[in-house]
Amino acid sequence: MREITYLEAVREAMSQEMRENKDVFILGEDIGVYGGAFGVTRGMIEEFGEERVRNTPISESAIAGTAIGAALTGMRPILELQFSDFITISMDQIVNQAAKLRYMYGGKGKVPMVLRTPAGSGTGAAAQHSQSLEAWMTHIPGLKVVQPSTAYDAKGLLKAAMDDDNPVIFYEHKLLYKTKGDVPEKQYSIPLGKADVKREGTDVTIVATAIMVHKALEAAVELEKEGISVEVVDPRTLVPLDTETIIESVKKTSRLVVVHEAVKRGGYGGEIASVIAESDAFDYLDAPIKRLGGKAVPIPYNPKLEKAAVPQVPDIIEAVKETLNKRIATHA
Amino acid sequence: MKRTLENIEKQFETFQILNEEGKIINEDAMPDLSDDELKELMHRMVYTRILDQRSIALNRQGRLGFYAPTAGQEGSQLGTQYALEQEDFILPAYRDVPQLIWQGLPLYQAFLFSRGHYHGNQMPEGVHALSPQIIIGAQYTQAAGIALGMKIRGKKNVAITYTGDGGTSQGDFYEGMNFAGAYKAPAIFVVQNNRFAISVPVEKQTAATTLAQKAVAAGIEGIQVDGMDILAVYAATKEARERAINGEGPTLIETLTYRYGPHTMAGDDPTRYRTEDLDNEWEKKDPLVRFRKFLENKGLWSEEEENKVIDQAKKEIKEAIKKADEQPKQKVTDLIKNMYEELPAHLQEQMEEYKAKESK
Ligand SMILES: Cc1ncc(C[n+]2csc(CCOP(=O)(O)OP(=O)(O)O)c2C)c(N)n1
Ligand SMILES: [Mg+2]
Repeated sequence: MREITYLEAVREAMSQEMRENKDVFILGEDIGVYGGAFGVTRGMIEEFGEERVRNTPISESAIAGTAIGAALTGMRPILELQFSDFITISMDQIVNQAAKLRYMYGGKGKVPMVLRTPAGSGTGAAAQHSQSLEAWMTHIPGLKVVQPSTAYDAKGLLKAAMDDDNPVIFYEHKLLYKTKGDVPEKQYSIPLGKADVKREGTDVTIVATAIMVHKALEAAVELEKEGISVEVVDPRTLVPLDTETIIESVKKTSRLVVVHEAVKRGGYGGEIASVIAESDAFDYLDAPIKRLGGKAVPIPYNPKLEKAAVPQVPDIIEAVKETLNKRIATHA
Repeated sequence: MKRTLENIEKQFETFQILNEEGKIINEDAMPDLSDDELKELMHRMVYTRILDQRSIALNRQGRLGFYAPTAGQEGSQLGTQYALEQEDFILPAYRDVPQLIWQGLPLYQAFLFSRGHYHGNQMPEGVHALSPQIIIGAQYTQAAGIALGMKIRGKKNVAITYTGDGGTSQGDFYEGMNFAGAYKAPAIFVVQNNRFAISVPVEKQTAATTLAQKAVAAGIEGIQVDGMDILAVYAATKEARERAINGEGPTLIETLTYRYGPHTMAGDDPTRYRTEDLDNEWEKKDPLVRFRKFLENKGLWSEEEENKVIDQAKKEIKEAIKKADEQPKQKVTDLIKNMYEELPAHLQEQMEEYKAKESK
C-alpha cells in the first residue's frame, strides 16, 4: 500500500468527496492560496475554485452559522477553524444551534456539517492556540466527536463524518499532520463509534486518544522489554463511544490506564473510567483505574514547560507500573 | 426608496496632512507640535524600524520567539500612541508591541513577551495596558469595559485599542463599539488596515468600501486616515481623545497602511498572496521617507542625526536582549503560583511536589 501523511489523508478524503459530491464545499480562514494554517487545503482552491474552497472573513461564529444555514438547504459544508481554541467564538452556533436543530424540528431538518479543526500542544503556540477542548463537545447531545490518530483512520473517519447527517466535530492533532501511514487510494469509510485495538496485550489496557495513542504505543514497546504486555485501545470517536471494545479489553487485562492530552480534570478520561466502573468489567479489575491527562494549567509557550504540562511516554510507563503493582484488596 | 450606502461611503475621505513627497497639503489640520516633538516622532519611527529589523534577525537566530513584523506600520502605530497621556490605557493586538514600548514597557520585557515569559506581561508601574491580544477581536469588547471603568471613576482618560482589517469581521468588533457608543465611554478604536489578514485581502473581508464607515452602525464617529502619514494619524487620534474625555463618545479610526514583512515569523510567505507591484506601490508611501523629507526641508533632520538614533537603538536592543537572557527561567512552580490568588489545595499539593523537584 501507499504511504501518505495524516495531513494528506485528510486532504485526499475531502478532495475525493468533493469530486463525487457537488454539495460538499469548504469554508474557513486562509484556506485558499495560503492552504490553511497547516497547509491541509493547499492546492485545493486550484482544483475546486474559490466557490467551493471559500476564504471567509475572520468570524468563527459566522463560519459556523453559515455552515449550519447552508447545511439546512441541503449543502454538506466542511468548515475549518484555524485553531480548535477558536471554537469558543462559535460556541452558540455549535452548542445551541447545530446540535439541537434536528431535535427541535422533530427530525424535519438536519445539519450535515463537519467541523474540522487542529487541536493540541507541542508546536510552541502557547495558551490560546494549544488546547484540547474535546470533552466540552462530548457533553453536548446532538454532536458527534471524532479524534483520529493515524493517517488511515483520518481518511476513513473523515469520509464517514462527511456522509453523516449530523454535525460532526473532527479534531486533527497538529503533531500528527506529518506522521505517515499506509492509506488506500480509493475512498473508504470507518464507521463512527468503532474503536480500534492498536496493539494487543494481556497485562494492562491503555485507552488513549489522538497523539497519546502513539505515546502509549511507544510506552508499550518499552514495557514489553520488561515482560509487560500492554493492549492499546484507540476509541477513535468519543461520541458515539465504542464501549464494548473497551469493556472487553479490560475484562481481558483486568487493568486500565486512560490517557489523553486534555486537562485531566473534567477530561474525557473520566467518562471512560466511569463506563468501566458501571460495567461488569468492574468486577474484573485487579487495580484501581488510573487516569493521565494534562496538568490543570494553560499550555506554556516555553518548550520544556509545554512538554511538562501534558503526559509523556515515561509518565505512561510509570502509570502502567503503578497499576500493575497495585492490587484491589480482596476479601478472604 | 432612497438609497443611502453610496452617499455614506462617499463621505469617508482619507484624511491626510503630509503627502508622499513630504509636503504639507492640509495646513489647517497641522497639529500643534514643537520642533522637538516633530523630531521625537522621527526618532521613534527610526528606532522602531531598527527594532523590527533586529527582532526579525533575532527570531531567525532562535533568540526571540513569537514576533509579528511592524515595518510599514510605524506612522499608524506611533502616531496614535503619541497622542496619548501616560494615564491612558492601551489594549494592543499582537503586532502592537511598539505602542507598549513607547508608553514605557522596557524593551527587555517586550523580548520576554516574545519568549512567552510571564514577566513580559507584567506591566511596570505607570504603564496602563494589557498584553498584546492574540484572539482576534477580544480586545474590542474589553476596551469598552476599560473605558467605562474610567468614566465611572471620573478619570479624564481614554482606552485605546487596536485591531486589523481582518479583525473588523469579528462580532466582538461591532459589539465593543456598540457598547462603548451606548455608554458614551471614552474609547478609541483603531483599525490598522494593512490590506491583508494573513493571506486574505481586505476586499474579500468585507463589502464595505471603507472600514471607517463601520462606525456609523454603532452610532459613533469614524474617520479614515492615511496611516503612512504620522501627522494625520496623530491629529486624528488627538481629536478623538479630546472628544472622548469631553463625554462625546468613542471614535473609530481606520489607518490605511501596509506591513512590508510576513504576517508573523512562523513561516508565512507573503509572495503566495501578494504581488511585488503592490509591495512596491506601498513602499513609495513609506512613513519614514516622507517624514524625513519634511523634516529635512525644515532643517530639522540630517543623516548624522538619523545614524545617532540607529546606533542608540542597536546598542539598547543589545543590552535589552542581554537583560532578557539574564532573567530567571520560568519554572513549573511559577506557572502554578500564577494560577489563582490563593492556591487551592490540589495546586498546593502540586506546588510542594515541584518545589521538591526544583530544589534538587
Ligand atoms: C479568533 C481568532 N481567529 C483566528 C485567528 C488566527 N489569525 C491570527 S492573525 C489573523 C489575521 C488577522 O488579520 P488582521 O486583523 O488584518 O491583522 P494583521 O495581522 O494584518 O495586523 C488570523 C486569522 C486568531 N488569532 N483569533
Ligand atoms: Mg491586516
